[in-house]
Parts: sequence; structure tokens; C-alpha cells
Amino acid sequence: MANFITLSEVTCKFGDNECPFPAPGAGIFEWQPLASFNLFGFTSIEVTKPVILAMLCTVIVSVVFIAAFAKPKLVPTGLQNVVEVGYLFVRDNIAREIMGKDGDRFVPLLTSLFFFVWSMNVMAIIPGAQFPVSSRFAFPVVLALIVWVVYMFLGMKNQGVVGYFKNIAFPPGMPIGIYPLLTPIELLSTLIIRPVTLAIRLFANMFAGHLLITVFTVSAWYLLNLTNFVGFVSVIGYLGSVVSFIVTIVLTGFEMFIQALQAFIFTLLTAVFISSSLHAEH
Amino acid sequence: MNWILAAEGAESGSNVLLPPTYELIIGSVAFLVIFFALSKFALPNIRKTLEARTESIEGGIAKAEKLQQEASITLAQYRQQLSDARSEAAKIRTAAESERTNLISEARTEAQVVAQTVTQQANAQIEAEKSKAVNELRLDVSKLAIDLASKIVGASLQDDARAKAVIDQFIKDLESAGGKR
Repeated sequence: MANFITLSEVTCKFGDNECPFPAPGAGIFEWQPLASFNLFGFTSIEVTKPVILAMLCTVIVSVVFIAAFAKPKLVPTGLQNVVEVGYLFVRDNIAREIMGKDGDRFVPLLTSLFFFVWSMNVMAIIPGAQFPVSSRFAFPVVLALIVWVVYMFLGMKNQGVVGYFKNIAFPPGMPIGIYPLLTPIELLSTLIIRPVTLAIRLFANMFAGHLLITVFTVSAWYLLNLTNFVGFVSVIGYLGSVVSFIVTIVLTGFEMFIQALQAFIFTLLTAVFISSSLHAEH
Repeated sequence: MNWILAAEGAESGSNVLLPPTYELIIGSVAFLVIFFALSKFALPNIRKTLEARTESIEGGIAKAEKLQQEASITLAQYRQQLSDARSEAAKIRTAAESERTNLISEARTEAQVVAQTVTQQANAQIEAEKSKAVNELRLDVSKLAIDLASKIVGASLQDDARAKAVIDQFIKDLESAGGKR
């Protein structure tokens, strides 16, 4: 399990024209553990780069929020000003937008989700980190599972255990004839597809983004390799390298947008699911 | 050309869709830590602050509204006072005007009365002087005429009644001659 397995194992050098193109694949998402220790004989904790980055995200988000809001002032300055914008974004554009005043109760949950996901995503373009933690499937899975537990619990609490499942399976206000078709879809959708798509959407976006950036980065480096050829091929190689480099930069900018967007979508959908648990759908 | 189509080489063999247990644990703990930190230490503070801010803004607005209301009341009072003062001034002016007119007309009336009195007295005096003069003159003239006539005709005119009639006739002629003139 090497990091850039293909890159490190092929050990291509400049001018080595026999070197095969080390196309990045799923291997770039596998990391060697820097350390490993046993957790109560239950399972071993492997300290890999994604794990370290995840812990870093945790510390950064917690510390930044606590520092910003330790002694909040009526007229915000500095860090408080910045973090307040993020907090108000989640409160006004997600919680209150979806749930109205009911949403205020869930602002801590939604804020935690948004900033945790976003920080994990942003790691993809932080120099030195350059790996989206959320492209490790485990992290989206855990978060989706937490969201699932939360909205299932809230649904059963607000509508009663039987009532909740009845409302899922037989959404009120539908013609009876539609239920044979609707009931399996609704059950499947609410109980399984919601959390699964929630996890996969985030994971796949970050996975694909990282893969794309890596492909063009490797291309930019690899195409310089052709310069040992003379004339036309060499020119093509330079051109390809420059274009790949530019595309890498453009993609990095695009990824910045996607990272925020995916964090937003994840949180927004969480709010939607919670909202549907508070009141039976019509 | 095999380098273009080269395979990836060593593949890790693990499925990216099968999350390892330790990552699930780390992920859960990470999220719980963030959730705990935010919901216990960070967000209650900012929520209170935001509420206080809203309150202070709304309080400020209410205060401003109150002040404005007071200001408009004061303004209305001032306007009222001003218009009162104006109407009072106008009243005083009107009163003064009418008093002046009264005074003038009174003075005029008095002056007229005085003038009239003076004129009447003067007239009466003139009349008296005149009648006195006429009487005296008449006496003198009659005496003179009698004397003259006596000298001319002798004492025949000592008879008073006849003499008087002649004199009167004479004076009448004199007066009518004077009136014609």
C-alpha cells in the first residue's frame, strides 16, 4: 500500500522515454500507516495521513470556533467577524431556510457538520496536506450514519414510532391506488437511499476531484519527460505539459468551489431530512 | 509504444468503498469532538451575543422612535406657542389700533365741540355787539334827526308818537337803501 504507488515504484526519471505513464488510480487514496496501535484488542488504529488530517480538521474547527466566540462582542471584530459570517450562513441559509424557527435547535449540529465536512474537503488544496479527507469513504459514511440516526430518532420522537413508519410508508394525502407503487419507493428512499446517497455524493465528488487534479499534475510532470525526443515530439510534450499545468490550476480553483458546495449540499440535505422528520410529509 | 498504455503497476488491492474500522472510529470521534466543542463552548456564546445585538439594535430603534416622538411633540408645542403669541400680538395690535382710532375721533369730536362753542360764543358776542351798536346808532340817529328836524320845522315834532313814526319810516328807508346797496 504505497502512496503514489505508481509514481514511486516506476521511479521514472527525466529523459527516460521507456517509462510508462504512471496513471494515478485508486491507489493514490491508499496510505501507509505511520504508526499503528491496538484499541483494547478490538481493532488496530492505523495512523495514516487521512487520519492525521481528520484530527487536524477537528482541532482547527473546534479551536477556531471556541477562539472566535470565547468572548463575543456586540460589535464583532477580527476572527469573530469571519466565523460569525459562517455561523450566520448555516443558521440563516440552511437551518432557517429549510425549517424556519424550528431550525434554531439544530444549528449546532448543522454548523458542526458543515464546517467539519468543509474542512475535510479543503484539505485537498492546502499545500502540504493536499488530500481531501472526505475522499476516504469512511468519513462520509460516518457522517451520513449520524445524520440517519438523528433524523430517524427525531421522526419517531415527533410522530411516534408507528406513526413515523406509517407516514413514511403511506404518505398522507395520496390516492389509495398509488400506494402499492409508492410504499416500497418511499420506504427504500427514506430508510436506505437517503443516507447512502448522502455519503456517496460527498465521497465521489471529493474522490473524483482529487483524482482529476492528480491526473493533470502527473501529466504536467510526465510530459516534460518527452523532451529527450527532438523536434515535433518535444514541442508537443512541452505544450502538453504547460496545458496540463494550467488545467491543474484551473481545476484547483474549481475544486475550491466544489468543496464548499458539497459541504453546503451535505448540510442542506441533513436539514431537509430533519425537517421531514419533524412534520409528516404531505 | 507500450509506455503510453502502461498499466498502473501495483494496485493496492483494497476496495475504496470498504471503509476500514479505524477510520470509522476516528471519523465518529472527530465529529463528536467538534459537535461537543461547538455546541457547548462556542455557539451558546455567539447565540447570546446575537440576541443581545438584536435587542440592542431594536432597543436603539425604539429609543430613537421615542425621541422622535418627543421631538415632534415638543415641536407641536412650540408651534402652538408661536401661533398663540402671534394671535396675541395681532390682538394687541388690533386693540391698539382701535384705541388709537377712538382717541383720534374723541379728540376730533372734542375739538369740534370746542370750536363750535367758541364760534357760537363769538357769533353771539358779535350779534350782541352788533345789536348794541345798531341800538345806539338808532338812538343817536333818531336824536340827531329829531334835532335836525326840530331845527328845520320848529318844535312841531315834539309829539313823540308822530315823531317816532316818522323816524321809523326814515330808518326803514335808510335800511332798505342800505340793503339795496
